[in-house]
Amino acid sequence: MAQHESTYRPGTRVEQWLDERLPVARLMYDSFVNYPTPRNLNYLWTFGGILTFCLGVQILTGVVLAMHYIPSDKMAFDSVEDIRRNVNFGWLIRNVHAVGASMFFIAVYIHIARGLYYGSYKAPREVLWILGVIIYLLMMATGFMGYTLPWGQMSFWGVTVITNLFSAIPLVGESITRWLWGGFAVSGVTLNRFFSLHYLLPFVIAGVVGLHIWALHVVGQNNPAGIEVKTKSDTVPMTPFAVMKDMTGLAFFVLVFAWFVFFLPDYLGHADNYVEANPLATPPHIVPEWYYLPFYAILRAIPSKLGGVVAMFSAILILAFVPWLDTSRVKSTKYRPIYRYFFWFFLFTCVALGYLGSKPPEGAYVYWARFFTAYYFLHFLVVMPIVGVLETPRKMPRSITEAVLGPGSTPAGATAAPEKR
Amino acid sequence: MNPDASTQALASIEVDLAPVAVGQAITVMWRGKPVFIRHRTAEEIKKAVDTPLSDLVDPSARNDALPESAPATDLNRTKKGKENWIVMVGICTHLGCIPKGQSIADSKGDFGGWFCPCHGSHYDTAGRIRKGPAPRNLEVPTYEFVSDTSIRIG
Repeated sequence: MAQHESTYRPGTRVEQWLDERLPVARLMYDSFVNYPTPRNLNYLWTFGGILTFCLGVQILTGVVLAMHYIPSDKMAFDSVEDIRRNVNFGWLIRNVHAVGASMFFIAVYIHIARGLYYGSYKAPREVLWILGVIIYLLMMATGFMGYTLPWGQMSFWGVTVITNLFSAIPLVGESITRWLWGGFAVSGVTLNRFFSLHYLLPFVIAGVVGLHIWALHVVGQNNPAGIEVKTKSDTVPMTPFAVMKDMTGLAFFVLVFAWFVFFLPDYLGHADNYVEANPLATPPHIVPEWYYLPFYAILRAIPSKLGGVVAMFSAILILAFVPWLDTSRVKSTKYRPIYRYFFWFFLFTCVALGYLGSKPPEGAYVYWARFFTAYYFLHFLVVMPIVGVLETPRKMPRSITEAVLGPGSTPAGATAAPEKR
Repeated sequence: MNPDASTQALASIEVDLAPVAVGQAITVMWRGKPVFIRHRTAEEIKKAVDTPLSDLVDPSARNDALPESAPATDLNRTKKGKENWIVMVGICTHLGCIPKGQSIADSKGDFGGWFCPCHGSHYDTAGRIRKGPAPRNLEVPTYEFVSDTSIRIG
């Protein structure tokens, strides 16, 4: 891609023939082999690769599950049980898919937190960041519809609560909800369309991931120092350096993944979902999947139906505006003495909201949910713009090379090179 | 993606109320939704009638047979002469859970009517929202008494 000169040399006549007609091998080579990556990347930068792996696993296991799953309100619950018991390795494929959804979200939350800490959203990476927010939204939609498919009690009532969110929209809310349901209530018709969309959306995600990587390779990777690449000594080729690091990170990630799949496959789910959907009985305590809990807490913290729904969706959409809300001159929080405390408190806020979302909405839980909801929004709307202006950043290294090797160790060739901005 | 013809065709049902004694309640399915029918005691009716309208969260009767502007009096949510029967769609107007209060052992909330366990909405003995996040009173569907002890909903 545009940022560096292609060093691809076709080795054989076949490669040369192809290169002159469709330079796909050149594109792969320049994007994933000889692509220059900053030399100071830490393990938090392996989560991009891990997320790609997760998407691949979900699509692969999902395609196999769809061969055995029956999307009807009469058969769905039984067919999932059938997959677990009778289909060859069905227990494994189903567990990998169910746990995989949780692992996908763990990885995406680390990936987003990494971006927030190191200022990966700041110019020139705004479009890259917004594409990421879009992927996250698509993931939430896909995960939600996937959770419907086993047609257990939590599936059914989760769908009921979430689709009813749309009924809060003034004037057209009721018609939108009816349109989503395809009936007067959640029914098998709803299940069928959710299955269709659950199969479609991962491929939409894959498409947006393509754009995300494209945008990344145009502007180049951010790095822990938050300094742009200036000279060749600031980078190392992606293969083998970044690839080996990605593989190491992935190996540890898969270890945790496998531990859940083999030892605690249902730990991240909810026991009520092993009771078949019953439209006449609401479980006493409805909770969504753990990865939606912070937003669920925000929804319930606001004592008004429309207000709660607006706050919940704003909590996600506000992420897209972060590139313009953060006024700091430096990217990496490493060099921001004041903001760093706010950052860690923000992270604590998200975890606290997650905890509160899993608790019943009464007593002190409501009070704390309101407190943390308030901070969640204050962080973006007040802390980010004001701290960025007031704070004096720490002294920064002059280049990535200096950040790695220490001051004075900048290679002779690099010091002479003009700074490119 | 709107409801198809087969869904729309099942639009009305008939319910026999004879076996439902005073103080009992039944739940029937109508358009895929539960409908609460409670045979109210004199005490429950008195409680609902005596509630001043100024205490209500939602002032509208939410009775499909009446205009939106009809006030949420107990009479506007029942049928004249049949005030002992209350018929409502049993879906919480907050986010669609089924409130508790139909069976004897259920929690009936702070106002002796129904209580939604999902997000803590309390309804009174006329199905009017009194406390909690739900914005509206429980919906009263269009229904009529086809005989003294049976109704047609829809």
